[in-house]
Amino acid sequence: MKNLKPWLPLIGIGVFAVLLLAVAPSVLSMHWINNLGKYCCWAIAAVGIGLAWGRGGMLVLGQGVFFGIGAYSMAMHLTLETAGPGNLPIFMILYDPLAALPPFWEPFRSEVFTLLAIVLLPVIVASVLGYALFKSRVKGAYFAILTQALAVALAVLISSTIRETGGDTGLSDFKYFFGYVLSDNGNKLMVYLIAAALLIVCLLVVWQLRRSRFGELLVATRDAEERVRFLGYDPAAIKLVAFVVAAVMASVAGAMFVPIVGIITPQEIGASASILMIAGVALGGRASLFGPALGAMAVGWGQSSLGSSWPSGWIYILGLLFILVTLFLPMGLSSLLGKVARLIWPSRPKPAAASAAPSPALDEVNT
Amino acid sequence: MDGLIPPLLNGTAQGALLLLAALGLSLTFGQMGVINMAHGEFLMAGAFIAYLTQQVISSSDLSIPVALPLAFLGAGLLGLLVEVSIIQWMYRRPLDTLLVTVGVSLILQQAALQIFPAQGVPVEKPGWLDGQLTVLGYDWPLRQVFTLVLAALCVAALAAWLKYSSFGRRIRATVQNRDLAETSGVPTRSIDRMTFFVGSGLAGVAGVAASLIGGTNSQMGTQYIIPAFLVVVAGGIGQIKGTIIAAWVVGVAMAFFADWTTGSLAQVFAFVLVVIFLQVRPQGLFTVRTRGLT
Repeated sequence: MKNLKPWLPLIGIGVFAVLLLAVAPSVLSMHWINNLGKYCCWAIAAVGIGLAWGRGGMLVLGQGVFFGIGAYSMAMHLTLETAGPGNLPIFMILYDPLAALPPFWEPFRSEVFTLLAIVLLPVIVASVLGYALFKSRVKGAYFAILTQALAVALAVLISSTIRETGGDTGLSDFKYFFGYVLSDNGNKLMVYLIAAALLIVCLLVVWQLRRSRFGELLVATRDAEERVRFLGYDPAAIKLVAFVVAAVMASVAGAMFVPIVGIITPQEIGASASILMIAGVALGGRASLFGPALGAMAVGWGQSSLGSSWPSGWIYILGLLFILVTLFLPMGLSSLLGKVARLIWPSRPKPAAASAAPSPALDEVNT
Repeated sequence: MDGLIPPLLNGTAQGALLLLAALGLSLTFGQMGVINMAHGEFLMAGAFIAYLTQQVISSSDLSIPVALPLAFLGAGLLGLLVEVSIIQWMYRRPLDTLLVTVGVSLILQQAALQIFPAQGVPVEKPGWLDGQLTVLGYDWPLRQVFTLVLAALCVAALAAWLKYSSFGRRIRATVQNRDLAETSGVPTRSIDRMTFFVGSGLAGVAGVAASLIGGTNSQMGTQYIIPAFLVVVAGGIGQIKGTIIAAWVVGVAMAFFADWTTGSLAQVFAFVLVVIFLQVRPQGLFTVRTRGLT
């Protein structure tokens, strides 16, 4: 039993993988598979936020930027693929039949370039941004506000460039996904399976990062950045790695969001979308491994079911959720599980559900 | 050279509106460290109070001057309610005040959407704001001059209040050293409440000015909150003069960018500019020097 404990999260990921990859496709209808795929995308972004915010203490309020980079990279490729080789996307012809393809669209005709862009563009953007911010020791609220400002800026930029990016109407009507017809149910299932598998991969990556030496340093930087600096480490570099990993995950999430949902608009990457991503992470428990993913799925489910059937009520619920969770459960529902487990098995020193120990300051408020 | 003056005047007015929106934040964020994302919704409340006042007092000449103190009071009380019910439990967790107030802002937006028509409400401009003031051969709409005068009055009042009143002294004492202030007999809790009341009230005043310039609807707060925060951060925390300069620079820069491109692209440029500026100078324009580790 003793030797089992460090592997419990891995078993959890395994169970999760079986549920998502084997059970869900055989039980759920195509409609729900598609929805679940959408939640998986938000969960992928949330896993990254969990690493940057929960473990690294960086409140990334502008993950929409990276979500948008991935989503628009994928959407531009799919739009060009749908238009066919040498042809212009339909929306551009509608605005101006004689328009030329903007230069930045051209490379996205290539499948390889698109896939590389989805991973490398966020790395570049996050590195440049993060390096300067962390080196000049921008943190806390400043960091949060700056990243949110960038998300707003990107959303505004896209909605004001109608001819180049489709503006507020966004990019939609994709017919093919790397050669596969998207309207086909089998292919839809495949796209879902890719998204679900990517979620599992992200969980594994974060699980490994958390138990590595880097993970320890990240938590140390979160709790006492000065001490880490005095010990001879560079907190900026540590935070940068977490920030870049989170950015890549958000970008991958955005890229998978496009073929699953079939449309990407600036609303999906702006301030409120970025805040919605945070909501799930806060609800699930930002410092735990599964909390962000499960929380994001729950919020995603609320957003797409309640949000369409009872929109006004959903906003109130979301608002109350922010207030109540932050006031009473700063470490999210997963910390509640830990507390319950401690009540039931008081002898156990550290229950598995609370494998993510909250920082001392927060624990104090908790209890 | 001639082409420079209209955007300069325009930008000065924009900067003044931005300053009004940021002034309350410089108090609640700068002095108290509360990251109030609902500040934009307090501004919205001020704008709706201007509209409601016009429903009671039909003469728009009179209603706007009446609306200004009412908006201050209304938004201030709203802020006080939020402080007493939620924020007072969160002073030790500044970053979490951001999350909590995001929730408050969502709820207030939705409430405004349900109480008032979704497309927004019209706030009539008073007749005495119809004219123009001729500055250097250009016509400066009085509406813009009004924003500037209002901003100047608010800044002067706030600065004097902080500097000379006993309340202002207590606020500064609380900010500089809460424990020492408390042991010296300053009731820090009621100081917190009062500071938050005034900061939120200033948002209400900004809302009246905003209602005269743009539309009044449930989403109006979202367009002010991020620029206002950027202005406070770029100006340097706890410094009104920094906020003034930053607001003016951002306003003028946006007006010039808007002249060259479009209004929304101008916003993008201004945001990116501020972010770049903060990379170079993360502490803002002016800073209060401390020996503390940050």
